[in-house]
Amino acid sequence: MSVGVGVNLENLWIRFGDFVAVRNANVNINGGDFFSFLGPSGCGKTTILRAVSGFLDPSEGRVLIGGNDMAGIGPNKRPTALIFQNLALFPLMKVWENITFSMEVKGASTAERRKRADELLDMIALEGQGDKLPSELSGGQKQRVAIARALCAEPDVLLLDEPLSALDLKLRQHMRTELREIQQRVGITFIYITHDQGEALTMSDNVAVMRAGVIDQIGTGHEVYDRPATPFVASFVGENNVFRGKVHEISGTQALLETNRTGLLRAEITPAAIGKLNVGDDAMMFVRPEALAPVGATVPEDKTVIPATVLNEEFEGNSYSVFLEGAGGKEIKMSLPNLGQDPEASKGSELSLTYDARNAVVMPAGELASE
Amino acid sequence: MSKPRPFSQFFRNNGKVMGSIMLFLVLFWIVVLILLPQLSMLDFSFRHNLPPSEVGGPKDVYTLDNYKFLLFGAEGSDSRFNTVDLQVFVRTIIAAIAVTILDLILCYPLAYYLGQSKGKGITRLLVVMLIIPYWINEILRAFALRIIFGDAGLINDVLLLLNLIQEPIDFIRADVALYAGLGYAYILLMLFPMYNVIESLDRNQIEAARDMGASWIRIHRRIVIPHAKPGIASGMTMVFMLSAGALAAPQILGGPSSLWFTQLVYQWFNDSLNWQQGAAYAIVLLVSSIVIVLTFMKIFKVNMGDIGK
Repeated sequence: MSVGVGVNLENLWIRFGDFVAVRNANVNINGGDFFSFLGPSGCGKTTILRAVSGFLDPSEGRVLIGGNDMAGIGPNKRPTALIFQNLALFPLMKVWENITFSMEVKGASTAERRKRADELLDMIALEGQGDKLPSELSGGQKQRVAIARALCAEPDVLLLDEPLSALDLKLRQHMRTELREIQQRVGITFIYITHDQGEALTMSDNVAVMRAGVIDQIGTGHEVYDRPATPFVASFVGENNVFRGKVHEISGTQALLETNRTGLLRAEITPAAIGKLNVGDDAMMFVRPEALAPVGATVPEDKTVIPATVLNEEFEGNSYSVFLEGAGGKEIKMSLPNLGQDPEASKGSELSLTYDARNAVVMPAGELASE
Repeated sequence: MSKPRPFSQFFRNNGKVMGSIMLFLVLFWIVVLILLPQLSMLDFSFRHNLPPSEVGGPKDVYTLDNYKFLLFGAEGSDSRFNTVDLQVFVRTIIAAIAVTILDLILCYPLAYYLGQSKGKGITRLLVVMLIIPYWINEILRAFALRIIFGDAGLINDVLLLLNLIQEPIDFIRADVALYAGLGYAYILLMLFPMYNVIESLDRNQIEAARDMGASWIRIHRRIVIPHAKPGIASGMTMVFMLSAGALAAPQILGGPSSLWFTQLVYQWFNDSLNWQQGAAYAIVLLVSSIVIVLTFMKIFKVNMGDIGK
């Protein structure tokens, strides 16, 4: 990994009157990382970004960039560049003027600016488009111009506030790859704000999942997806089936959960909850739709079996979503890959579902993401 | 071949009855309230001032005498040009430009503050507070200013009381009252168009520029002012046109030696009962004002369409 400039948030609190937007955030972002803050709208992720960029002063705690305390340093003096959600390109300036605005500010000559603009336009594959107005570009092109404009200032840290949210699905997926490529090429730290878990998981080295001003978990995409620290993370990142119950037995890293309707369910204790879960505690078990499968002819001895009735089946192209009803009306979702033949889960048919306990997690009960 | 047919489209959208009413009202406005009166004034300006018995008679022919009079004065006068009236004309135009610039300087920061402030409640209150004084009659407001600026007026009293001056200042003679009155009379017409365009400016653009290290001056020069240009042009045009054509404020607040060109027009119509001469003076003022506005718009690259925004 290249040696970029890291960002540290230390005991960061941000309040607006009585409202606490950010509650005691502690984050270490390594130099050269692609780091995402993921959370629903209003969780405080944009507030953190504004505190890093300098548009907002923290109520308590410190923001360090490259080890330097940023208190009292304005946005124009920080080694950061911000890409706004709506991009905020200057509509009355040509593309090349937009891109090199930070050089204009420093008093660079037109020739220098033109030269740098051409280099950056090359990099974003918009050669020869410098004399257009932003309104003459497509959504994806505007996006790239915004990135070039931010990179022109040669920031140590690039801050991106949901910059892809205005694009259509295809373009958004394409821009994910492109953003990641650009980040690896320039090697600077990217801090990315999003409510889209797909974006966070595909692009980031590390993800911080936020809920109502609190950072619930920081980890790689895998850790956040496979080993969520809290019920909120488990239910917010990706889809999950949740089973509530009491801890019946703990054996090593696994626990057996006693549910009201579905019986005993075995799952891995999520790393963040190891040592915190005791027999008799209220707990939640999460298993992903894709971790569930219909039982074949023979049921392995050690596996849990959940009987269910198929309510509905939706064809998604690459997969089938099967909606089932377990014992006592428990809703369950199962995802099956499309392997070229109907999964034979027709409406009304009875299935026995099973899963590998290593692909399910159990943790103390808590608040779920509301969706 | 289907040609665009704006009228049938217009009637389809609005219905035959509503469409006809709207069309009639617009035409009525333009033809009866604007074109016909102006055309009759134009016609007047090219005629002799004749006693009623001779109107339509052999002497009632078109002439340029009225315009000649503004340029060269009465025949047989001492000077080659009608210096008195021409000076008034030039002074009026320059003063109207000065008033326009004064209003622009006063309104820009206010419009920026109102347009960009996020506290909507206080903004609305401020705007209402600015509008309410305009419920007061223009003449009353002018007289109130005359009292404030008078020898024994509020301002002189305060200055005397504070021992800043020993003698009252004659604000009326110095035309301070006139400029204040004119500036105040049309200031909202400068403020609101600017406020509207600045309000539509995306705040992120300002923050983006700040993030890239731009100073406040550069942010205004490169981002806010270019964005606000149509509003600025619209406001300046209205203030200039109305100040150049103002009558009440110059009449009430003007010093004894300072005539406004509209006062000359008024005198021709009302005191001399020479409508022909008055019409010529008014037409000259109108045409010159339009030419000046169009010239400035050309210089600052503003399109006529932008003003309507």
